Amino acid sequence: MQILHVEGLTKYFGGLAAVAGVDLQVEKGEILGLIGPNGAGKTTLFNLISGTYAPNAGKIFFDGTKISGMKPNAICRKGLVRTFQSCRVFPEMTVFQNVLLGALFGAPETKTWHQAAAETKEILDFVGLSEFSDTRAGSLTLANQKRVELARALATKPRLLLLDEMMAGLNPTEVGEAMELVTQIREKGITIVMIEHVMKAIMNICNRIIVLHRGQIIAEGTPAEVSTDKTVIEVYLGE
Amino acid sequence: MKIKANYKKYVIPVIAILVLVLLIALPYFAERSDSRYTIVLFKTILMFTILTLSWALFSGPTGYTSLATAAFYGVGLYTAGVLGRVLPLPVMVLCGGLASFLLAVIIGGITLRLRGIYFAIFTLSSVELIKHVLHWYEITIAGGRGRPVVRVPDTTVFYVLLGILVLLIITSYLLKRSKYGLALSSIGSCEEAAAHIGVNVVTLKVFTFALSSFFMGLAGAIMATGMVYIDCFIAFDLNYSFFPTLMAIFGGMGNIVGPIIGAVVFTYLREILITEFPYVYMFIFGTVMILTIIYLPNGLIGLAESIRRKLLGGKHADTTCRRVN
Ligand SMILES: Nc1ncnc2c1ncn2[C@@H]1O[C@H](COP(=O)(O)OP(=O)(O)O)[C@@H](O)[C@H]1O
Ligand SMILES: [Mg+2]
Repeated sequence: MQILHVEGLTKYFGGLAAVAGVDLQVEKGEILGLIGPNGAGKTTLFNLISGTYAPNAGKIFFDGTKISGMKPNAICRKGLVRTFQSCRVFPEMTVFQNVLLGALFGAPETKTWHQAAAETKEILDFVGLSEFSDTRAGSLTLANQKRVELARALATKPRLLLLDEMMAGLNPTEVGEAMELVTQIREKGITIVMIEHVMKAIMNICNRIIVLHRGQIIAEGTPAEVSTDKTVIEVYLGE
Repeated sequence: MKIKANYKKYVIPVIAILVLVLLIALPYFAERSDSRYTIVLFKTILMFTILTLSWALFSGPTGYTSLATAAFYGVGLYTAGVLGRVLPLPVMVLCGGLASFLLAVIIGGITLRLRGIYFAIFTLSSVELIKHVLHWYEITIAGGRGRPVVRVPDTTVFYVLLGILVLLIITSYLLKRSKYGLALSSIGSCEEAAAHIGVNVVTLKVFTFALSSFFMGLAGAIMATGMVYIDCFIAFDLNYSFFPTLMAIFGGMGNIVGPIIGAVVFTYLREILITEFPYVYMFIFGTVMILTIIYLPNGLIGLAESIRRKLLGGKHADTTCRRVN
């Protein structure tokens, strides 16, 4: 079963095609890795899918409905949410308020404050942030801020989660914890697409990997297939 | 500890109710001491308090600095000029509020996609645009500049303003406590992230902007009745845009009390300075503002907060802390 279907997606910045005719399918329940050198267009692809930018050409279908052209808030409420490469928590709010906002506004159904608060507590438990519930999000370490952003995204009750370099800047222990968390999220039945440079994470938890280069998909397959692909090795070593 | 915390909760409401009672009684005492000036002064204070608090209702949490206050206040004034003779006072005041609400939906719809300085400049320009279009209309089509306004006794105006302010305080309080209050802060904090977790940022911004303008329009409609005559240069005076913004910065925007204190102190100072030092008052004023911005980034309320924290030695969460954009 496909949860996301992308057709001929294209985005120009000035004369440059940051994303050039990308076709992509995501299967329900998988963890799909998205890799490629810096500037390959990975983040732009997420920006298009999540509604940050409208594409210049191409269509995006989420669970059968066309979402290209919709606003980010509407896409979120349909069950597709993303995190940002440069972490964007609400720094002067508490961790609890950050996540509560996701629960109050992001889910398809409207909730009372009580329901949302109860869910927020649960999610903070799940990601291991309970002790920081009343701390200002801006005062946390980068690893914990990324967790807040993840928790806030989870609070919107997504079916598809796009993670943009969640592990960049984390130390090896933190990377291990983050990998564990991503696996647990998948076990909850949430499909995941993750952009990642940390190869250990990509190789260990992804079912499938797509390689993007200059806005185009140049390879696709299991971690084993991709890591031995000639073009991929050239692109990575060549740059 | 517990008892103390409990009773702190009542301090502000109790003070608010005491102040309200004193204000309700004010016209009675002012009449007895035969001091008409007192009521006029309080009218001005109440008017600026309403403008400042309603400005802070939207601009405080979102960080969008609107300079269109004069447009909404002016539309209120003009509504009184047009409808003052044909409608009963309460209906006419309500119409002033609604007219401003509608205008804000239009201005907000056009300008709220702009950020930072661009939004400030465009809102400021909207005041000038309305002023000059109206002026052109009056001269070339209606034939005659300005219009007389129906007069209402000062005491009535005072009570209506007081009623508007109470309504505004209750609205601000309820909004702040609601999920929409939290969402407005998230817009000020990082609008893109807010949109991506499901907040309908466009609708929320436009609606809140219009709600805040509604109160500005109400204030304009009732204030006009003390003016005898208005024209577009009186009504759309840019000072009505600048002063509320300055007053909110002066008082601090972290909570509801800040803008109120800011407006009251600032208006009172302004009245004193104008009468005592008519020639250098703008200079003194500017100096005070610059000092405030440099030394009191969170306004008078921020100052009170840090003094209290020093005295108590406690380390409370820094509630007034906010990042600009
Ligand atoms: N908002 C933007 N405006 C102009 N150019 C952009 C913008 N966002 C991305 N780009 C350009 O598009 C290309 C792809 O960027 P990006 O998607 O961020 O790459 P990646 O995430 O794979 O490192 C880069 O050349 C980048 O400079
Ligand atoms: Mg990127």
